[in-house]
Amino acid sequence: MDTQSKIEIAGLRKQFGDLVVLKDINLSVDQGQVVALIGPSGSGKSTLLRCINLLVTPNGGQVRVGADSFAFGPGTKLPGTRALANFRAGTGMVFQHFNLFPHMTALGNVMEAPVTVRGTPKAQAREKALALLAKVGLADKVDEYPSRLSGGQKQRVAIARALAMEPDVMLFDEATSALDPELVGEVLGVIQKLASEGMTMVIVTHEIAFAREVADRVIFMRDGVVVEEGPARQVIDAPREAATQAFLGHFHRGGAAQPASEAI
Amino acid sequence: MYQWDFNFLWSYRWLFLNGLGVTVGFTVAIVSLGLVVGLAAALAKLSAFAPLRWLAHAYIEVFRCTPVLVQLVWFYYALPILSGIEISAITASILALSLYGGSFYAEIIRGGIVSIDPGQPEAAAALGMTPFQAMRRIILPQALKRMVPPLMNQSIIQFKNTSLVSVLAVPDLLYQGQIAAHDSYRPLEVYSAVAVAYFLLLYPLTIIVRQGEKKLSTSD
Repeated sequence: MDTQSKIEIAGLRKQFGDLVVLKDINLSVDQGQVVALIGPSGSGKSTLLRCINLLVTPNGGQVRVGADSFAFGPGTKLPGTRALANFRAGTGMVFQHFNLFPHMTALGNVMEAPVTVRGTPKAQAREKALALLAKVGLADKVDEYPSRLSGGQKQRVAIARALAMEPDVMLFDEATSALDPELVGEVLGVIQKLASEGMTMVIVTHEIAFAREVADRVIFMRDGVVVEEGPARQVIDAPREAATQAFLGHFHRGGAAQPASEAI
Repeated sequence: MYQWDFNFLWSYRWLFLNGLGVTVGFTVAIVSLGLVVGLAAALAKLSAFAPLRWLAHAYIEVFRCTPVLVQLVWFYYALPILSGIEISAITASILALSLYGGSFYAEIIRGGIVSIDPGQPEAAAALGMTPFQAMRRIILPQALKRMVPPLMNQSIIQFKNTSLVSVLAVPDLLYQGQIAAHDSYRPLEVYSAVAVAYFLLLYPLTIIVRQGEKKLSTSD
């Protein structure tokens, strides 16, 4: 495998029962690169993202993030819970529905993993958490419980929570899909800031304009395979494949409303 | 018309207090032991290891689907013969009532755990927590909040179930009441007083439970 890249996926297969969700996926992401995964629902992009931090266990193939590598398939042993936990501690993930811990304040959410997983002293974790919450623009909300925060604020807490583990890689699973339209911007702003700081990121998104703006590469998936991939602007502005063209035809680009009638 | 006379009860006050002490002590013991057993059985039933699941399932169903009085008698009379170990009436009572309560607690605890949004353990795992850490820090604290009212209800039932130990001559409140009734030939007053004593202890508890439920429904 290529040792220069940060993330390396080779021959990845996943099926749920008889349903094959991912068929022989190969993917490599360089250090500091931002990759956007786009495609219709059911295309397998979220499952692929979850295979990168092994929240979903692949049926075959190899997954490597940084120096940690796992192989799956016949004859391989599934990684133990300790190995899995250590591996996941190095990748941050942000979920569509935030999944904040409702019994903890914003500050508690961000402090939780460093204290519980890494054994960081509380005072130190607190200082770090306060800095991260300030970074995502929530310095005034540190003592609020998630139920008192807006969707956009929740998602920014979730980003701070993931960053508290100082991950090498950040994974975003439709981080803005559950947000009211007027709250999408504040979350995208934080993601953009991370990109400019050189964070390696894989982003599953329906925000095509954002993917075009922030991602270095765009991967279009359909029915469990990568249909097209390339530089973000090239794939989005001038897709080669018919499936990509049809999918992108659903989105209004350039801010001007377009008639949706020509879409499939 | 029956002539009620409660005055004589005063002379049995130490007997009643003694019985009350045994009843409360029994309740504390079987509730705490039952919760430990129930938590263990609930976690076993949620385990990824199938034999552990079957074992927990068998335990829960056997104890939920046989009458607690039968269990008490069985533990006192049958178990010593089968195992060859002599056990006292108190040990048999604590064993039977704790295991009986544990089977109900187990289902309450398991229900509380599975009611937590799967996104919670997923987020915990994504942060690098082990399943044990996620259970202790993320899932149980949230589940506990939902479990408290049904656990309290079950504990009130357990409190009342302690009266059954009198059949094994454990000197609880009811047993001491029987002694006083035989001694005084006034069972009506004695058993009425016993009933009132149970009520006075349990009614305030039910109010606390109800308030807890109300508080729970207004938060989150």
